[in-house]
Amino acid sequence: MAANAALDTSVTEWAGSLDDVKNLVTERALTGETMLLNMGPHHPSTHGVLRLLLELDGEEIITCLPDIGFLHTGIEKTIESKSYEKGVTCTDRMDYLAPMSNNTAFCMAVEKLVGLDVPERAQVMRVICLELTRIQSHLVWLGTHAIDLGAMSVFLYCFREREKILDLFEMISGQRMMGSYMRPGGVWRDFPAEFIPGVEAFLDDFPRRIEDYETLLTTNPLWLDRTQGVGVIEPDVALAWGFSGPSLRGSGVNWDIRKAMPYLGYDQYDFDVPLGEHGDVYDRYLCRIREMRESIKILRQAIKRLPSAKGGFRSDNRKYCPPPRAELGRSMEAVIHHFKLWTEGFSAPDQEVYVAIESPRGEIGCYLHGTGGNKPRRVHFKTPSFIHIQGIPLMSENHMIADLVAIIGSVDIVLGDCDR
Amino acid sequence: MNVKPALDPIQAVQAAFPGALQDVVEYAGETTLVIDAAQLAKVSRYLRDTAGLIYNFLSDISAVDYYEPTGGISGRPARFGVCYHIYSMLYNRRLRVKVYVDEQDDGSNPIVPSVVGVWPAGNWLEREAADMMGIVFEGNPDQRRLLMPDDWQGHPHRRDYPLGYETVQFSFNAEEIMKHKPFAKE
Repeated sequence: MAANAALDTSVTEWAGSLDDVKNLVTERALTGETMLLNMGPHHPSTHGVLRLLLELDGEEIITCLPDIGFLHTGIEKTIESKSYEKGVTCTDRMDYLAPMSNNTAFCMAVEKLVGLDVPERAQVMRVICLELTRIQSHLVWLGTHAIDLGAMSVFLYCFREREKILDLFEMISGQRMMGSYMRPGGVWRDFPAEFIPGVEAFLDDFPRRIEDYETLLTTNPLWLDRTQGVGVIEPDVALAWGFSGPSLRGSGVNWDIRKAMPYLGYDQYDFDVPLGEHGDVYDRYLCRIREMRESIKILRQAIKRLPSAKGGFRSDNRKYCPPPRAELGRSMEAVIHHFKLWTEGFSAPDQEVYVAIESPRGEIGCYLHGTGGNKPRRVHFKTPSFIHIQGIPLMSENHMIADLVAIIGSVDIVLGDCDR
Repeated sequence: MNVKPALDPIQAVQAAFPGALQDVVEYAGETTLVIDAAQLAKVSRYLRDTAGLIYNFLSDISAVDYYEPTGGISGRPARFGVCYHIYSMLYNRRLRVKVYVDEQDDGSNPIVPSVVGVWPAGNWLEREAADMMGIVFEGNPDQRRLLMPDDWQGHPHRRDYPLGYETVQFSFNAEEIMKHKPFAKE
């Protein structure tokens, strides 16, 4: 503390020292020339409990040190003590704005580990859920991003539309957000009869709503002032720092896992991957807006494919998927499978797999290592928010504090996703 | 654009670093190269920069603990494994590079060379593995804990780290458990 006498005298209760951050901030912070300021963990624009330690020269950010872990709930550790099917419920709680994506990444890892096939119909159902999730996640992003920059009404409109999607999710899974609808081998149960008409009604209404958001923002001079040229990240830098999803595509790198390594039959859908040019906040905004339109395209195709898709909503492999309730009264074997799967679960080999899918935020990867028994040895999620928060300092240095708010919003972070 | 044909990563690594490649595992369509931990940084740079490989994107670093409560390390060469999931955007393929490391002879945490110089994205992923699994990444510029509080004891993702609940008391072990219960001091 000798380095900063001013701090010593003026704040008598100060018990910490600057030694911890000595090499992380510039020398000027130690002499008191620049100011260290905490932003968060309870700041409304940090989208959860992110703490940023900022070194400021006036309003200009010299260094930005993200501090995460406030929302660490040990989800990976918890899954290690559960059988594979029970683990699905934990994955919902990571990225709570895109629970279906987390479910799918985990379920696909389990399926790959044990070699379980998913029927075509279940794949189409998953695609419908994933694209609805993408739209609703982007709506939350757009609403909160806009409210951070002072556009209150966009927030209200976005949440109005999002609620319609959440109603649809409640219809299929009984829960608005944490549905745990995806299960190893398919989905929990078939769509109820009113679900597809509900999605169609939403799709008929939604393009008009996107127009509304764009009318409010895309050419709004205030919005352009706040977003264009702010938080620029070059494509090569973004790649080296592991960016993915719209945050990477905003810099013009054409990498979408749905196209590059298609899963769930994404190669059979016709859709485009929107790309940005400048890698700034505005281009990332445009990418996500256009992605919502592409999701509508995919959803329409998926609904068309659904009636002709073969198979049921879940695999018939009874070693991994429990039999339907009705069979229990008729078949002894079904009773045995039911009992075994709900008490012990199934076993997976002592091997490792890595599955990555395109979540609304970017690449969400699930590394899964079996033990040969009914519980995993290790589950690790590579989550896009984690990587993108790591990149916030790259984009925010030498910007104003007000721009930092725009930058945080533009990479679309969810702290539950980051801390797990 | 003139793109060189893709090289087989197994043969390429074997030819360039004799002795570094310890094992190759193929499972569910995924290739795992088990590399000597001491040569990890060199091999990583080679995988990233060689024409025909160009693994330019680091997806994930996952550490795994092979400790078994019943003894043994599940037949693996060492207790800890660190997996690097890398991706080549040019050739559109993934690869897992894995190193096995043991705790040092004096019982302190195992050491793995850092790959931050090759893939900057590895910075936080390494810090996470260091925090949760207790693996020291030599050369990582920031050795602080990432997710857990700075004064935390232990590394939660190790398999010998308890999940947190109390053991159920039965008549045969009640006394043993009472002895270790954290009661308030008088």
